[in-house]
Amino acid sequence: MEFGFTTAVYVVAAVLFILSLGGLSGQESAKRAVWYGIAGMALAVAATLIGPGSGLWLLSLLLIAGGGVIGYFVAMRVQMTEMPQLVAAMHSLVGLAAVFVGFNAYIELGRVLAMSEEERHALDGFAALLAHKTPVEQSILKVEVFLGVFIGAVTFTGSVVAFGKLAGKVTSKAEKLPGGHMLNASAAILSLLLLILFLNGAGIWTLILMTLLAFFIGYHLIMGIGGADMPVVVSMLNSYSGWAAAAIGFSLGNDLLIVVGALVGSSGAILSYIMCKAMNRSFISVILGGFGNTTGPAMEVEGEQVAIDAEGVASALNEADSVIIIPGYGMAVAQAQNAVSELTRKLRMAGKEVRFAIHPVAGRLPGHMNVLLAEAKVPYDIVMEMDEINDDFPDTDVAIVIGSNDIVNPAAQDDPNSPIAGMPVLEVWKAKQVFVLKRGQGTGYSGIENPLFFKENTRMYYGDARGSIDALLSIVD
Amino acid sequence: MPEALIVGAPKETFAGEARVAMTPDSAKQLQKLGYTCLIQSGAGKAAGFSDETYEAAGVEIVKTAPSLWKKADIITKVRPPQDKELGYLTSGKTLISFFNPGGNADGLEKAKASGANVIAMEMVPRISRAQKMDALSSMANISGYRAVIEAGNNFGRFFTGQITAAGKVPPAKVLIVGAGVAGLAAIGTSTSLGAITYAFDVRPEVAEQVESMGAEFVYLDFKEEQQDGAASGGYASVSSPEFREAQLARFRELAPEMDIVITTALIPNREAPKLWLEDMVKSMKPGSVIIDLAAERGGNVEGTVKDEKVVTENGVTIIGYTDFPSRMATQSSNLYATNIRHMMTDLTPEKDGQVVHNMEDDVIRGATVAFEGEITFPPPPPKVQAIAAKPKEKPKELTPEERRAQEHAAFVAQTKQHVSLLAIGAVLMMLVGLIAPASFMQHFIVFVLAVFVGFQVIWNVSHSLHTPLMAVTNAISSIIILGALMQIGSGSFLVILLAGLSVFMAGINIFGGFLVTRRMLAMFQKS
Repeated sequence: MEFGFTTAVYVVAAVLFILSLGGLSGQESAKRAVWYGIAGMALAVAATLIGPGSGLWLLSLLLIAGGGVIGYFVAMRVQMTEMPQLVAAMHSLVGLAAVFVGFNAYIELGRVLAMSEEERHALDGFAALLAHKTPVEQSILKVEVFLGVFIGAVTFTGSVVAFGKLAGKVTSKAEKLPGGHMLNASAAILSLLLLILFLNGAGIWTLILMTLLAFFIGYHLIMGIGGADMPVVVSMLNSYSGWAAAAIGFSLGNDLLIVVGALVGSSGAILSYIMCKAMNRSFISVILGGFGNTTGPAMEVEGEQVAIDAEGVASALNEADSVIIIPGYGMAVAQAQNAVSELTRKLRMAGKEVRFAIHPVAGRLPGHMNVLLAEAKVPYDIVMEMDEINDDFPDTDVAIVIGSNDIVNPAAQDDPNSPIAGMPVLEVWKAKQVFVLKRGQGTGYSGIENPLFFKENTRMYYGDARGSIDALLSIVD
Repeated sequence: MPEALIVGAPKETFAGEARVAMTPDSAKQLQKLGYTCLIQSGAGKAAGFSDETYEAAGVEIVKTAPSLWKKADIITKVRPPQDKELGYLTSGKTLISFFNPGGNADGLEKAKASGANVIAMEMVPRISRAQKMDALSSMANISGYRAVIEAGNNFGRFFTGQITAAGKVPPAKVLIVGAGVAGLAAIGTSTSLGAITYAFDVRPEVAEQVESMGAEFVYLDFKEEQQDGAASGGYASVSSPEFREAQLARFRELAPEMDIVITTALIPNREAPKLWLEDMVKSMKPGSVIIDLAAERGGNVEGTVKDEKVVTENGVTIIGYTDFPSRMATQSSNLYATNIRHMMTDLTPEKDGQVVHNMEDDVIRGATVAFEGEITFPPPPPKVQAIAAKPKEKPKELTPEERRAQEHAAFVAQTKQHVSLLAIGAVLMMLVGLIAPASFMQHFIVFVLAVFVGFQVIWNVSHSLHTPLMAVTNAISSIIILGALMQIGSGSFLVILLAGLSVFMAGINIFGGFLVTRRMLAMFQKS
């Protein structure tokens, strides 16, 4: 029987997907891992087409090919600095597809139930599966469909808003409608009521209304979260898109969908957890937006910000033996990664030890900085994680902070009243000299003063990061 | 706009004092702050600045001291003012100078009576922000340097060891007692001249600084916790008698080996402690040199005579000069004038040539000893912590048994947590199983196992690959295409339309996701 064969292929595909994710543990094995993923996907699609997929092969293949062409061009054209937007946009597609598939499942169910006994026997494919369901199974199916559509809808609008924020098309500030989270909560409760109505056979309008509510929740939830919390948001949406796929898998009775959905869902959940931990904030507080209330007045910042020009930085670099560069979102905004790479190359040629320190939440996407530096041909073995390099700052001559702020804020350690108290930070101030490349004297995302800028061994090198590094390049030898 | 105030520097009246409180360079900076500058004719001569160079810098030359004191609104000086000079002070004038307020009650009274404001440079608090005006440190730095030079001048051998055609020369051994600013400067100078340098300080935390300058720190074999200098604003404090004994015993051991000893031990507002006793001087080799930088306060060495050089019976030279900075008048005038200029910068927030004597400012308040007819000495303790914060309390060292017990407790707690979580999970699972039909349970088990596998696998993903991970998971979450493919053969047009759209979108995602991941991974290169 064909179905047995399909299941066998699904098992192979599932194993390939797991290997594909597992392979990402190292840069070299990762290159192989992508192929596992591609093979898994090809097998799964082919098996579905010959197995339970019913008819319209040509249309299906044409549609896949059409999507593939678009996907190809997007993937080849996208700038590495635009990765966060791209990922968010792709999440929205998965979310919307989940909504559509969920609706279809319900429509099919209705169609099948309306048929007579003989007609049902003549069915094949998905409809045949539905036809064999008992009434209890049908209720469970309804719950699954409802859940899948709900998560899919939240993922869709949430990702669209996240895309807008990351691409700068929507304000990256946290904005809420009056009523705040009460609106979200009431929309969720209303959806729950609709589910009960839906189960009692209230018809498709409940499903449609719930979808609209879920669209609203997705929109409003993500609008209320600020730009620098996007790493958490994007991972969370990644997770949701997985759970949506899993829920749809339940309703379609497709184990591969369930397995892959669960893999993606747990992957996103772990990423969100890692990001939250790196900010020392709970997941709830990030999602509810904004920083928590402080318990007392912030510690007074003492000293003054001292500016320095390119010559000063260059002469310090010429004298230094070891340099650590700490990039942040500012480097991505200024597209300075190539200039930074060139500077790194020059300094390394001169026999200096140059390394990069990456904070887990630097940038707008987990691992964002690593990808940017890789694009600029910075070798990955000099790009270090926070825990690997934090103890080396006291032995470092020069630390260069490029467009990051909160992740190098000593207040996180020194000032128990600071809103970011307890957040793990890169201890750059322990280096002998610190240069901070910054546009102007503003505060970071959290809106708090950074005592690092006032330290005695800190010099502020104001200006656009790319221009500043270019200026350095010509005078560093 | 009110008329610009006038800053004036008189010639120092103290005998032998060569420094001057304003240099042509600092005058230029003061003019940038909006001030007019005056100098008494000949004031900079001993420091190597002629009247002409001052004039070239835009400074007005005034013939006599009285007319300068009369004209200037702000008077800058080096040495504490003498009685006659204090007589020139009137209300509204500001004097910036060393003042020795702790031992100059008479001067304080006179300043109070005059109504003038007096800023004592030695009272500048030792906090980071005020380092640029810390004249004590800049003068101590010069003293330390000069002490080594002076010692070399009186020492009959090389500092550095040499092997020459005429024979081997051993390197000189230098001991520096007290690693404050002067001590560290002396260490730096001595090591760069090639001497083998030892240094001692009662504050063990400076050992690192000493060693970083190339000297060897002399440790005491002493159990009692040594005092942490950070608690007393970065200065040394009085040590216990037992500690003192241990210290002297160590010095006694070192004395016969040392060629040059430089003592810099001072405790604020006290007599200098006697650290190098007569017997140690006696045990030193003939020709050895001792420089006592604490001579001003009675000296660290028994036998020091203030401001003089004496040679003991066994041929050891003891130098008790107190005017080392003045012996390098050009350098020290430059640094001191810069310290004063920084003080003026803080006093002139608007850079408009008007003094704002802000008594709320920690640094200005701390340094002001007389203000508008009141004596404001001693100042309240500064609000900002000096130099170093209190050391954090170290977590108590655990004995192996305690640690084992702790680990065991943690293990038990963790096990309990695991077991209870598993139990709750299992019970919930069974409840679901009671209600749900078998077909659902099959899928549910697959789901739970997949989540479990996902958690195990993802934790191993390297942090730097999180972005590719997201792109891959994105691509594979397009597995939703399977659902659409199953539905696309339906008889209903609406279903076909929606399924077709889903297939199309998933297609974009599959190709886009995998290709962009490949592109990213290809970028990661080893060096």
